[in-house]
Amino acid sequence: MSKLLVKDKDIIVPGQVVAEGMDYLPSHGTYRKDDRIIADRLALVMIDGKVIKSLPLTGAYVPKRNDVVIGRVMDILMSGWRIDINSAYSAVLPLQDASFDYIKKGDNLTRYFDLDDYVVTKITNVTSQKLVDVSMKAPGLKKLQGGRIIKVNTHKVPRIIGKQGTMVSMIKDATGCRITVGQNGLIWLNGEPEQEILAVKAIRKVEDEAHIQGLTDRIKDFLDKNKISMKEEKVEEKQDKDEQLKEENVEQKQDKGEQNEL
Amino acid sequence: MSYKKRLDGRGFDETRPIEAKAGVIHKANGSGYFKIGNTVAYAAVYGPREMFPRSQQNPKKGVLRCNYNMMPFSGAGDRVRPGPSRRSKEISYVTEKALLPVVDLSDYPNAVVDVFIELPQTDAGSRCAGICAASIALADAGIRMRDMIAAVSVGKVDDKLVVDLDYAEEAYEGGDVADIPVAMVPSTGEITLLQGDGLIKKEDLKNALELVKKPLQKIAEIQRKALIESYNLELKGDKK
Repeated sequence: MSKLLVKDKDIIVPGQVVAEGMDYLPSHGTYRKDDRIIADRLALVMIDGKVIKSLPLTGAYVPKRNDVVIGRVMDILMSGWRIDINSAYSAVLPLQDASFDYIKKGDNLTRYFDLDDYVVTKITNVTSQKLVDVSMKAPGLKKLQGGRIIKVNTHKVPRIIGKQGTMVSMIKDATGCRITVGQNGLIWLNGEPEQEILAVKAIRKVEDEAHIQGLTDRIKDFLDKNKISMKEEKVEEKQDKDEQLKEENVEQKQDKGEQNEL
Repeated sequence: MSYKKRLDGRGFDETRPIEAKAGVIHKANGSGYFKIGNTVAYAAVYGPREMFPRSQQNPKKGVLRCNYNMMPFSGAGDRVRPGPSRRSKEISYVTEKALLPVVDLSDYPNAVVDVFIELPQTDAGSRCAGICAASIALADAGIRMRDMIAAVSVGKVDDKLVVDLDYAEEAYEGGDVADIPVAMVPSTGEITLLQGDGLIKKEDLKNALELVKKPLQKIAEIQRKALIESYNLELKGDKK
């Protein structure tokens, strides 16, 4: 006698009756009222046997332990940094978790992270009152230099990354950009300006169409159609890098020279 | 003398034509648009975000903060003076109290959810339109709500009970007029807003609250449809 009133992957809205009867069980995004199961947020419904789950479609980022997020240094504290992680709650990066180097008390902390620097960090702890601690001590965590930051819907991040990172690697390969995706909906890109724009367009397309089937193929088509050849640019990049290296070498030599003089 | 036919010709239990949309303000976390007759309301939700001033933080759950504003050119000719007034403060307050019973902010201690309601055009029933728009916007922002909130006014013009009075009816001079804005949780029938202007008998008030149930259900359906449709639009690529 239990009746399901929606199809799998339908959009459900607050107050909508999802199922009638006691045979189904409410889970995330739904609740039971008498013998009915009712939605309590805007979401995509997922029917898993007798359990009715849902995937939220919108909403601000809620910090979760072990998430890798991109944050902005908003303040420098007595013994650490306050980081804006695009959420209702800011995170604290304590001194001992900031660097593998030993940082002396009273050191100038801006030498490590200055105001408005962007960092890739990992959330180590979230308390019940949503006090968030982050750390820089794990592989891949770093300060971001150059590039640009874009904001996307947090709930679309898993689709942007794709299964085992397939989606983001596809965009990376097609555009030659370096891309870092934070769980909090901030994405950092660095590459040639035209390629960056293409990568942003592709990411926006994923974001808009995340809830429609056949996403990977559509993004692939989109990237193939709009591809900008990278050959010449790669050569230029190499030249740039060579020049940079030369300059650095020169600088180092100059430094040494000065030291010798001293 | 009695009120035989409504001034704009609709039935006594009929609302003005309604139009609703979700996701109309892209920079906001959620937004809603609600038009009923000539009354137009936009609502934008920002948050949950950090609560300032700190003294207003609540460590137990998030705070809902509503702001109702009529635009200077929105009235019937006279300029509405911009800025907070006694009236707009009161409406902001009752809007907040009307929405709070369905909104669950226990996941956001010390944070605030801001709701900004703007009315570019008004023709009576503006607080109800504002509440309807805000309800859409909150759902669009992904806030947990056990139901939508639907609101509309009901009342008595001369000797007839009517739903959704417009300004011409509020200003009817052939007899007594009562104007009662009502907000309701549609699934349970709980009333979250009930104000009143004018004279009405106890029996009539009871009947009026019965009369308004059906139109409120209809409004809730329109709100839900607006939310679902905002995603269909995204599918077609019409958004952005």
